[in-house]
Amino acid sequence: MTIATDTRRIPPFGGFSPRFYVLELKRMLRNKRSMIFTLIMPSVFFLLFGSDAEYRTERAGHGNTTAYIMVSMAVYGAMIATTAGGAMVATERALGWSRQLRLTPLKPVAYVAIKVLVAMTMGALAILAVFIVGNLRGADLPLWRLVLCGAIGWGCTLVFAAFGLFMGYLLPSENVMQLLGPSLALLALAGGLFTPLHNFSQGFQDFAKFTPAYGVGVLSRAPFGSDGSVGLALLNIVVWAGLFVAGAAWRMSKDTKRV
Amino acid sequence: MNSSTPAVSIDGVVKRFGAVTAVDGLSLKIQPGEVVAFLGPNGAGKTTTVDMILGLSHPSEGSVQIFGGDPRKAVALGRVAAVMQTGGLLKDFTVRETVELTASLFRPSRPADEVLDRAGILDIGDRMVGKASGGQQQRLRFALALLSDPDLLILDEPTTGMDVQGRRDFWNAIRSDAERGRTTVFATHYLEEADAYADRIVLVRRGKIVADGTAAEIKALSAGRTVRATLEAPDTVALAKVDGVDAVDVRGDSILVHGSDSDAIARYLLNHTSARDLEITSRNLEEAFVALTGDDALTPEGALA
Repeated sequence: MTIATDTRRIPPFGGFSPRFYVLELKRMLRNKRSMIFTLIMPSVFFLLFGSDAEYRTERAGHGNTTAYIMVSMAVYGAMIATTAGGAMVATERALGWSRQLRLTPLKPVAYVAIKVLVAMTMGALAILAVFIVGNLRGADLPLWRLVLCGAIGWGCTLVFAAFGLFMGYLLPSENVMQLLGPSLALLALAGGLFTPLHNFSQGFQDFAKFTPAYGVGVLSRAPFGSDGSVGLALLNIVVWAGLFVAGAAWRMSKDTKRV
Repeated sequence: MNSSTPAVSIDGVVKRFGAVTAVDGLSLKIQPGEVVAFLGPNGAGKTTTVDMILGLSHPSEGSVQIFGGDPRKAVALGRVAAVMQTGGLLKDFTVRETVELTASLFRPSRPADEVLDRAGILDIGDRMVGKASGGQQQRLRFALALLSDPDLLILDEPTTGMDVQGRRDFWNAIRSDAERGRTTVFATHYLEEADAYADRIVLVRRGKIVADGTAAEIKALSAGRTVRATLEAPDTVALAKVDGVDAVDVRGDSILVHGSDSDAIARYLLNHTSARDLEITSRNLEEAFVALTGDDALTPEGALA
C-alpha cells in the first residue's frame, strides 16, 4: 500500500475542522426550507405584528415598541434555527448517515459540536435578518443596547439547540421539525415573544414563567430596562438548559453504544 | 508491516442479542493480502461479524483484533475501511462534497478526484446525492472507503444496485488493489462473485463457520457428484448399498444417484442394471452453498476449517 502505517494519524479535535463546518453550513444555506423558516418567516411575523405606525412613537424602556417586538421576533427566529439545527443530528441518524460516519475517525462529540455551531450560525443570521428589517421599519434603540439584545438572545438560544438535539433523539424522523415547529410557536407565545404576557390572565402568566422560552425572552429584552425579573429568567434558562443537555447527552450515549 | 500479524483475528467470538445468539463461537484468521468471501444465508451472522470487525459492536465473548490491535483504533487511523449495506448518505450534499467531507477526517487522505475516478463517478461529482441512482450511491460509498487507502477493506453486499458494467468495473478495481496487497473481505449474495473473485471462501451458518477453503475445495466438500441415468423400475434398495451413495432419487424413467464415488455408481449401473444415457455432474458452488447452509444440511463440523 502507498500509505505507510507509521504515517497514519488520528485527526485532531476528534475530527472537528473548519472544512467540515463550512461544508455543513453550505448545505444548510442551500436548503430552501431552512432558509424560509430562519430568514424569511421571523421577518414576516415582525412585519405583521410590529410594523404598526403607533409603535414607532410608543416607548418601551430605552427603545420604542417596534424595537421591542423586533427583538422578540429575532429571538423567535433564532429559536427555530437552533432547534432545527439540533434536530438535524437525529434526522441524519434516521437516514443512516451517523452509521456511515462511524466508519471514520469522527467522534460523536465533535459531530454534535459542528451541528450546534452550524445551528448557532443560522440563529445569528435569523437575528440579523429581523434586525435589518426592523431598523428599516423604524425600530429605535441605542446601538449598544441593540447589540446587547442580539448577543444575549443569540447566546440564550443555545438552550434550544440542546432542545432540538434532545427532541430529535426522542422523535427520530426526517420530519421532526413538522412536530417541533408548532411546539415552538406555542413556547414562544408562552414566553411572551408574540405579545407581552400582561395581556394574558394571571394564571397563564404564572404558568408561563415555567416554560423554556420565558427566560430567553426576558433576558434578551433586559437591555430595554426593567421588564420582568432577570434573576427568575436566569434560573429558568439554567434549569431548562440543564434538562435539555442532560436529556440529549443521555439519549446520545445510548445511541452511540447501539449504532 | 509485520507479516506474521494477521489482518483480521477473530477468536472464539460469541454475540448475543437478548435470547438470540447471532454469532456462536466463531474463530477466523485472515492474513494480509488475502481476498476472502464471507458467504451465508440471511441471518447467518455475516453482518454482525462485520460490525464486530469494524468495532461497531462488541462481542459478548471472545475477541476481535485488526492488525493485532483494537478495531476502533484501526478505523480511526484509516487502516480499515468499509462499504456497508446500511450506511446512509445525505441527499443534499453533492457527490464531491460527500467525499470532501469524509476526506477532511483522514490523515493522510487521497485526493477527492482520485477516489471519484477510481469509483467511476468523477463525471457526476457535482450531482446531488439524492439525484444519483442506487448504483451510483453505492459507488460513492466505495469512493469514501478508498479515501484512507486502507490496508483492509470490508465490503458488505458491495455490488447491490449496480448494473453489470458497474459490477465489472468495481471488481476490477478491487482485484487490482488486492494484487498490490490490500486485504479484502466481502459478504455477498452473488455466489458467482465469490467464486470468481475470492481466494478463499468462508461459509457461515447460524453463527458458525461450516466450511472454509478455496472455491474448488468448497465445491468438492459438498460431497461428490450426481450420476443420472435412464432406467425403468430400478432397485433403489440395492443402489443405496453401493459404496459412498447418500441419496437415490427416482424421477419417472430417470434415476439420480448422488454419492462420493461416482465411478463406483457408474460401474454398478452399467454392469448390474439396464441403465443407459449416463450423465455425471458435480455440484456448482450454488448447490454446494445450499447443501452446506440449508436448514436440513448435515453439519460437516470442522470439515475444512
